[in-house]
Formats: sequence, structure tokens, C-alpha cells
Amino acid sequence: MNQAISISVNGVDHHDEVEPRLLLVHYLRELLGLTGTHVGCETSICGACTILVDGQAVKSCTMFAVQADGANITTIEGLATNGSLHPMQEGFWEQHGLQCGYCTPGMIIAATQLIDRNPNPSREEIRHGLEGNLCRCTGYQHIVEAVEYAAKKKAEL
Amino acid sequence: MGKYVGQRIKRTEDPRLIKGLAHYVDDIRLPDTLHVVFVRSIYAHARITGIDVTEAVKSPGVVAVYTGKDIATTVGPVPCAAALPDLKVPDYRVLATGKALFVGHPIAAVVAKDRYAARDAADLISVDYEELPVVVDVEASAKGGPVIHEKFGNNIAYTLTSGEGDIDAALKAADRIVTQRMVHQRLAPVAMEGRGVLARYFPGEEELTVWSSTQIPHLLRTQLALMIGIPENKLRVITPEVGGGFGSKLNVYAEEALLGWISIQLCKPVKWIETRRENMQATIHGRAQVGTVEVGCRNDGILTGLRYNVFADLGAYHQLLTPAIPTLTGLMLSGAYRIPAIQMNVTGVFTNKMSTDAYRGAGRPEATYVVERAMDIVAAELKMDPVEVRRKNFPAKTEFPFHTATGLDYDSGDYEAALDKALDLSGYQKLRQEQTKARAEGKLIGIGMSSYVEICALGPSQAMPAGGWESATVRIEPTGKVTVMTGASPHGQGQETSFAQIAADELGVDLHDVTVIHGDTAIVQYGIGTFGSRATAVGGTAVLIAIQKLKEKAAKIAAHILQCEASGLAFEGGRYSKQRAAAAATGVSEPDVAVGEAPAGALPEPDTEGRSTLTIQEIALIAHIAKELPPDTEPGLSATYFFEPKNFTFPFGTHICVVEIDKETGETTFLRYVAVDDCGKVINPLLV
Repeated sequence: MNQAISISVNGVDHHDEVEPRLLLVHYLRELLGLTGTHVGCETSICGACTILVDGQAVKSCTMFAVQADGANITTIEGLATNGSLHPMQEGFWEQHGLQCGYCTPGMIIAATQLIDRNPNPSREEIRHGLEGNLCRCTGYQHIVEAVEYAAKKKAEL
Repeated sequence: MGKYVGQRIKRTEDPRLIKGLAHYVDDIRLPDTLHVVFVRSIYAHARITGIDVTEAVKSPGVVAVYTGKDIATTVGPVPCAAALPDLKVPDYRVLATGKALFVGHPIAAVVAKDRYAARDAADLISVDYEELPVVVDVEASAKGGPVIHEKFGNNIAYTLTSGEGDIDAALKAADRIVTQRMVHQRLAPVAMEGRGVLARYFPGEEELTVWSSTQIPHLLRTQLALMIGIPENKLRVITPEVGGGFGSKLNVYAEEALLGWISIQLCKPVKWIETRRENMQATIHGRAQVGTVEVGCRNDGILTGLRYNVFADLGAYHQLLTPAIPTLTGLMLSGAYRIPAIQMNVTGVFTNKMSTDAYRGAGRPEATYVVERAMDIVAAELKMDPVEVRRKNFPAKTEFPFHTATGLDYDSGDYEAALDKALDLSGYQKLRQEQTKARAEGKLIGIGMSSYVEICALGPSQAMPAGGWESATVRIEPTGKVTVMTGASPHGQGQETSFAQIAADELGVDLHDVTVIHGDTAIVQYGIGTFGSRATAVGGTAVLIAIQKLKEKAAKIAAHILQCEASGLAFEGGRYSKQRAAAAATGVSEPDVAVGEAPAGALPEPDTEGRSTLTIQEIALIAHIAKELPPDTEPGLSATYFFEPKNFTFPFGTHICVVEIDKETGETTFLRYVAVDDCGKVINPLLV
């Protein structure tokens, strides 16, 4: 039995009828066509599917779409404003914080929440804050530098 | 250093990746796509006595269910490209028939209208198993016990001895022999994006397109054509964005062939996206060697010989390069040292596990671990500093090219310089003092080091299973935009940027006028792919030489238009100039000739009257319009080059690591890590 849901994604309202078991990440990717949110492990381990649900970083592979009924969601596609990159996106580009790019959307989303909560994080705090996001290419060093860059940039805005 | 080469340039591939607009396989959505879910063995070794698909076929949304008997004679076996003497090659069918040989072995494929429906139906398939004794331990199963492939009579796939020098004499001549058991644990490569395949067959055109998350689009096309039985020129393989490979996608997998075949049966697009659980079970594994190293040395620390007897856990079947991986260990057993005699005796053993194959270094890190561990044990045995044992056995900088007893010729090296730099950067002497002090206080501080040599730029075709060259086509379009097509298949290495840097500098054009295309067999000339630290060394060289070829032609056209000899032309900043060549001789400089802007929507009209300079982009237009070409000149401006490397490259370095171990908890903390690596020519310091 399908259930009606209303979700705002990146500022656009969506009304759909979905199976109660439909995962939020599949709702975003397959119904809305927002394929920037990736599935890495289906078990909340890797963080590739991280999105913001009402401002909180959430792993969308282990949340049902129906649980997000009424929520405001931001995905990687909604992070840039008026065509200009979010400081975190800029930081990842500037500091080479990505190689294959698969973990990147989730990593960037999780990191935005990190600097929202802690505008001037230490390297250790960045590493701790991103423990729920895995990357297999970079060895994390440049990711930490990207987040530092973004925190600094955001403070200057 | 050029305008671009050597500069820190942000990657041109990044904007799409950081905005979430890139396309990995699962992001490609075709209308009417069916989804495939596999039923896989839950036993490592079992006879399949029955498969009941009745309920699955009736499940809502199900279009088809296939089992081993449906495809046994129609889809060819999973290929192995490694050729070793007397290698036993089991018949590796794309779905299990008769026996399941590892956990994750695919048994049935369910095709349904969406992935949830396919999964529902897969759960309704009932497989009857008769469990069989499992082969897991390589040393035990090499001696006897249950046999995996009955027709071979035992579990030994091959034995191989490699190396040069009289090892018995070398060990006999040693003052001491140290022996150490070495265990390289099996691991799963775990790229962030698992494997994924989308296949679409057009029955009218008889064309099959396979999108696959692979490192080797062209090799995959050839092998899939053979497996599926479709002409290679009717099969197009596209690698969209690939979310990491690390060797695990340097392969040809059962699922890739099956998806292609199913698409042909159903005349619909079919997609399979690997789950992480499948990725752990049924994507290749790495390492998995158990062996013993014996090192002979003199009392002064000089090595006389090294022997490594090793059992390699191959898994149940051979994937593309499975048996060849341990042979790479044998090649690199000389490490950074002069060792007069080296011998490796490898026994490749079948086990009830997924195949091992190339993973991050593929057999070479195993060699480095063996050799470096041996150096430390020798140092401990002789009560010498591990730095000094290494230093004493390095070949001198002047001895290169250096021939090793593993049969390689290291092209260049200065191992002592790398070691000294690492010692200097880490403050090694002080570290040792601190370590002594910390130990006196009851703390556990360890200082580890490794001086390594890598074998990269794989490789000369003579040393590779099927071609070790790489290809490039460089084309300047009528509008002056530059298209570079590389046979390499970058998936994170950044060659859309670094190859554009090479091309932009060589052609004197703006970086953003260059687009690098890869990973589409319908567009790009045949290539080998990205693995074995080869793409820039071999593929980048192909780009460079293709450009040189293109410029030879461009210079001929320029000379014809400018009415001078090609040898009288100077090329600078993307511009051929006859005055400049003369001016350089006389020291008089000429101002640039202004080139008229074309109106929007029209090609610029090349005005060649009375010109003294021409840009290479103007020459491209002239070459396409083809009204003013020198006699016997082919129209167009493009060049293709297939670069065959003469040798591997052998970068080297020294790493020093300082760790503290908590005595109570065993927790390890990194205190210091110093890495000194020979990078060769740095094209983009941001990416190195």
C-alpha cells in the first residue's frame, strides 16, 4: 500500500506516493533523478549517501522516504547558491580533496554540517567529525585540508 | 616548467564531481530498464542438487530468471589472460553449474521491472545444497585433502621457480641465514563504488552497448565479444565515471557478460548494481600469500642471497590475472638492493574463496614487505642499525642501469639520497635517542622504515599478457578546440587535467580549449587501460608523441602558406612564425599579427594573404577547408600514436614511520610519518 509524502528537496516541493519500504536515497535518485547522492554500503557505514534532513546530516540509505515526510532536504545538487559553489565545494576543488569523486557528495555534505557546528575545527576535530565518511582514494589528508580551507573561507564571508 | 606542465592546476574534472552532476553507472537512466539481482552461494563448497525458481517466476514484476543450465553452452567462460607453464585453468562459467565453489558464487539471475521486485523474487528462489568439505588453508590443501576441481586431481594450479644466481651456493657462503615466516593477509579492495553494469541491445542495429565500472574498456570489449559471441565491432563498452578501482576493476567479470547476454535475450536495457555484500564476496580479493623467506648475509651485513618459498591463495577460479600476481612478487624480490642470488618458488593453490587478483601494487607490495622485513631481521641478528644494513646493500647511483637477480634492469636510481633525505627530515638520530629514553620510561615506541623500488609504467608488451603499450589521438577541430583521446581509462587519477596540461603546452593553446576523452570504445582508438601506474608514463607519452606527429604536419602546412621552409619556422605560444626564426637570428622582434574574430555562428575565414605567422588553431581550419594545402597532404589535423615503452620505470623512495603502542590497550598512535618518493617529472604538483 503506497503512502503519500510531501518533501521539500533543495527548495522544491515534491508530492509522491511511495512504497513504505522505499529508501530515501532511492526516492531521491530514482523518483527525483537527483543522482548526486551515492549509495556506497547500504548499511550507514560509508557516508556516501549523506544528505541534510532539516539541517542534520543523515545517511539516506538507511532512512525510509516516508520517514522524511514533511522534511526539508538538501542534497549535493542543492548546495551551490545562484551558481556559486559552497565554500566546502570550493575547498574540495582547491585542495584536491577528491580523486574518483564517489564519496565526495556525502563527504562535502557531512563537512558542511561539521563547520556549521564548529566554525574553526582543529585537524583532529575534522578527522573525528568525518569518521562516518569513508574515502578509499585520498588517504584523507587533502580532505582535512579542504575542510580547513572551507572553514576559513566561510569565516571570511 | 611550461605554462601548464609543472604547475599546480585545479582539476578540470572536479566541478561535475563536487556538484553531484557526474554520471557513474547507476546514475545513467534509460527508459524501460530492467534490474538484475543475483542469487549467490551461501556455502564455500557445495553440490547444487536443485534450484526451484517456480515462485520467483510468478513474483510481481519478474521478467525472467536464469540459472546455470540456461547459459552453460551459450555464454563463454570468464577469461584468464595469464599464461604460465602448465597452468591448470578451470572452466569458469558465468553461473555455477553443479558445484558452488565460493561464498558469493552466482547461481541464478533474476530480472525484474525494478530492483525491489528483483530482490523480492530472488528471495523466493530455493537452492538445495549438499555441503562439501571446504578448502581454506593453502599450506594444508597443497599437501592433500578435499579437491575443488576433481579433474585436476589436486588443488595445485601451478608451481613456478624464478630468479637468477646459484641460490644454494649463495646461502652456503653466508655467515648467517635468517629465516622468517611471512603472512600477507587476504583483503577486499572495496572501491567506494562497487561494480555496476548497464547493458542495452538494439536488435535492429544488432548493437550492444555495455556501460561498466571498469579500468579496461577496450580489453573488456574484446573479452565480452568472445564470451557473448557478438562481433567486437558491434559491441561498445563505455566506462562512465568510475568510483575507484584499485585493481579490482582491472578484470572481466561473469556479471558483465551475463548482463550483455540478458539484454540481447530481452531486447531491453538491463542494469545490475553490486551491493556492498556482493562486493566483499564476489569482486576479486588481494594479497593472500603465506611463505618463508631465507636471507643469507655476511657478518658485515652484506647480503649473499634470498630465497622465498610461498603458497599463493588463488581462490576457486582464475580471474583475468590471478595466477600472474605472485609472479610480480618474484620480479620485485631484489627490492632496492644488490642481492647476487634470488629464488622464488611459488605454489599457486586453489581454495574455496573468491579469486585473488590485482590490488594496489598487485604482488609488488608483498615483495617489498618480504625484503624490508628481512632487512630488519638481518639488522637485529647482527645488532646493526637497520639504516646501515640497507645502506650497505644499495647499488650505487653510478651502477644504473642496474641488473637484478630477478631479471630486471632498473633504469635509474639513487636510493641512498632518498634514504638520507628521509633520515634528515625525520631527525632519525634524535628519534632513536627519544626512543631509547621512552623505552626506559616503559613506553613502547617503534621506528619502522622501508626503502622500496616500484615497477611502474606497465609495461613493455613483451612482458605483458596482451599488449603493454598505450594509445592517443590528438585532433584539432575546425574551430581550434583540441580533442585528446586516450586509451587509458582514468578513474580518479586526474588525467583529464594532466593530459590537457601536456597538450596545451605542446600546442600553445589555452588549457580550457583541450578536452580529454576516454572510456568509450566507439570514440577512442583501442587502448589498454589504467592500472599498474601506467597511465601517465605510457599514456601521457603517447599523447606527447601524437602531438609531435600532428605538429610535423601543421609545420608543413604553415611553411606552405607562409612560403618558407618548414625548417625556417619557429613555433612558440601556439604560433608558427617565419619572421621569428629570422628575428631570433638577428635579435629583431616583430609585433604579433592581429587575427580577426569570427562573427558568432560562423567559422572564421582564414585570411592567409601576406601573413608572417599562423596559429596552430588557424592551421587546423586551413587543414579542414583543404583549399590551400601543400600537394599530397591529407586534409584534417589529427594524429594517432601507439606508444610501446622500452622498459618499465622503477621509482623508489624511503618511508620512515614512528608509532607508539599503548601497553594496556594495544592502541597504536602514529607519531611521525616521513615519505620521500621519486616522482619523476611532476606534471601537476597538486595531483602528485
